[in-house]
Amino acid sequence: MDGLINGLYGIPVAGLLFQLLGYLVAVLPIVAPIMLRVACPLTLAALCGVVCERSGVVNIGIEGTMLVAAFVGWVVGVALLPVLPATPSPFFGVTPVLLIAFVAALGSAMLVSLLHAWLSISVRADQIISGTIVNIAAFGVTGYLNELISKSSPTSAGAFSAFVPPAALVNLPLVGWLFNMFLNQGPITMSVLVIVVVLQILLFRSRWGLRTRAVGEHPQAAETVGIDVIRVRYRNVVLAGLLAGLGGAALSMELTNSFQEGMTAGRGFIGLAAMIIGRWTPLGAFGAALLFASSVAVSQSITFAPPAGELGRLLGAIPGQFWDALPYVVTIIVVAGLIGRSIPPAADGRPYEREATS
Amino acid sequence: MSGAPARAGDGRPGFVRRSWSVVALPLISIVLALVVGAVIILASELLIPGQAFDPLLPFRAYAALAQGAIGFPPDLNAIVSTLVATAPLLLAGLSVGLGFKAGLFNIGAQGQFLMGALGAVATGIAVSSQPSFIAIPLALAGGMLAGAAWGFIPGILKALSGAHEVVTTIMLNYVAISLLAGIVSGPLNVPGAPSPITPDVGNAALPIIFGRDAHLGLFIAFAAVGVVAWLLYRTTFGFEVRTVGANSDAARYAGMHPRLLIVVIMSLAGLLSGLAGAGDTLGLQHHLTSSYGTTVGFDSIAVALLGRSNPVGILFASLLFGGMRAGAPLMQISAGIPAQLVDVLQATVLLFLVAAPVLRRVLHLRGTPAAIDPTPTFTGTYGGNDVAGL
Repeated sequence: MDGLINGLYGIPVAGLLFQLLGYLVAVLPIVAPIMLRVACPLTLAALCGVVCERSGVVNIGIEGTMLVAAFVGWVVGVALLPVLPATPSPFFGVTPVLLIAFVAALGSAMLVSLLHAWLSISVRADQIISGTIVNIAAFGVTGYLNELISKSSPTSAGAFSAFVPPAALVNLPLVGWLFNMFLNQGPITMSVLVIVVVLQILLFRSRWGLRTRAVGEHPQAAETVGIDVIRVRYRNVVLAGLLAGLGGAALSMELTNSFQEGMTAGRGFIGLAAMIIGRWTPLGAFGAALLFASSVAVSQSITFAPPAGELGRLLGAIPGQFWDALPYVVTIIVVAGLIGRSIPPAADGRPYEREATS
Repeated sequence: MSGAPARAGDGRPGFVRRSWSVVALPLISIVLALVVGAVIILASELLIPGQAFDPLLPFRAYAALAQGAIGFPPDLNAIVSTLVATAPLLLAGLSVGLGFKAGLFNIGAQGQFLMGALGAVATGIAVSSQPSFIAIPLALAGGMLAGAAWGFIPGILKALSGAHEVVTTIMLNYVAISLLAGIVSGPLNVPGAPSPITPDVGNAALPIIFGRDAHLGLFIAFAAVGVVAWLLYRTTFGFEVRTVGANSDAARYAGMHPRLLIVVIMSLAGLLSGLAGAGDTLGLQHHLTSSYGTTVGFDSIAVALLGRSNPVGILFASLLFGGMRAGAPLMQISAGIPAQLVDVLQATVLLFLVAAPVLRRVLHLRGTPAAIDPTPTFTGTYGGNDVAGL
């Protein structure tokens, strides 16, 4: 076996590819849990986009929605901490304070989404402008309040902690790292996989999914068969806010235990990219988010544990910014149809106006 | 923007009435936003314990904002700081507004701005030892070209494959951030610097005309208003742009070439945003760091919307928001109100503008249709099935 590997590695030029493959296989068990952690908020942002756009509402305000949820989750925790002191329970480190803050984060995200829904569905404003308003307002309000609150140098209410899977499971040969990847996670990251599968089934196998897609592809036809287009869109956008809120809460309540101004750092927009590459399906979006996360993970892994020899020198020569830009470049290529066209729902972005009944 | 045709029998409304009908909604939106801002300030006073409640704090905050922007009595340094903050908003606002006129939504001002800055500094470094009258035009041209290239890409992609410019420009914004950081910390980096930084642009730096830092770039920005207005309203090209924006099919039947126009307009929009970035770096910092950033992306959309895509309107809108940005630090120091209030005000102005139809119903506001025109929708073509019609 070793002889075969050494033989493959020795082939000029192509050998480098085998070396790269070998390196990736070697680091995979270590980076896999990090990958899923990075992918979690991206996936949730992408799912928010899927639920919105499948019903015909473009949402570029995901970034702002996540930011608000991240802020509210943190600030409610900080505010309640003196009132409800609690020691973290062994179950994901959950405390009453964290639970209340978590619910508040989700609620705030749904409210922000409701604003977007009202502007884009009822006011029939341009949905990009509405999303822009959400983003500017979210950045402004959270930054404003954070600045005021930080004067009193608040402490943190803590964060959800990761589950520690049994060592016997993690140490299983071949599949142990998979258990580690999916189980050595906090509650929000762990739930992402479930949400993706459930949404995929609901979107393509349930009445809600059928109605959503009908409204997103041909609202007039949907209305003719008795579907309330406006209601379906409102419901979807607010539900999507819940998903974005989950992503925001993950940022300030699970992956870190604090809030920084603008901490979403473009994740809402990467989520949009993941949604596009995933062709507006939950599973596809999750796959794309994992791919983007792996781009991050690989670049970090190259920095901290570069592969030996020629390959290490080559990979080391690639600037880190290349990996940062890769997801966006791939998205542009896919949108332009150079590799497998990705086509949005037909009525995406088009405000619906009920025809006058005469 | 040319005013609504008068209804039969109505007679043509007078000049004052017509002007009012155009500016009423933006003005009302600004006033309402200031009211909302005051409520937010009062509410945050109640939320943050440990200080006495001051009912006049909003007035003190706005007074400090105005003092920082213009000064009281008017102060040259304050006015210059407003102009410096206005110039990039103005150019990027013109860039977004030009797109709006043609029915294109350019969210890429941020990326084009960064590429403009990068192009200008890269060229500037190369010609830094040439005499200024050669170095400055070359560096500015480098910035404009880089920005135009960053607008050309979404333009050509839309024309060829129908890829929606909203998606491609968002993605290109982030590519620009990485590209700038990569080049500044790579090829252009000063060896041995503690953190990535480029050399100085030397003679390519824009001269300061008056005040502390009122550089040549400000004059170029204000001149651009005239150029864009002339282009839009006095040339065949401008007529075609507005026709494509109003009705792409009609433009095609009239023998125009919407696809070609899209590429040209996006490139021009990129050029304007690129010039904004070039002016900012060549006029103020004279070098780049890898973390060089800007909020011009969303700000420019706000400016273009408030200015109703009209160059003169954009001038006033950018002066307003530029003044707020310039005045915010003083407001933070003397009234203790975080500078982010400006973002909140900006978003609220847009909110009221966009919610105009509802606003009009609630306030029983009357005006000619031009004044209460709901903001146009560009996302209608997002579904991608209108491309065949181009």
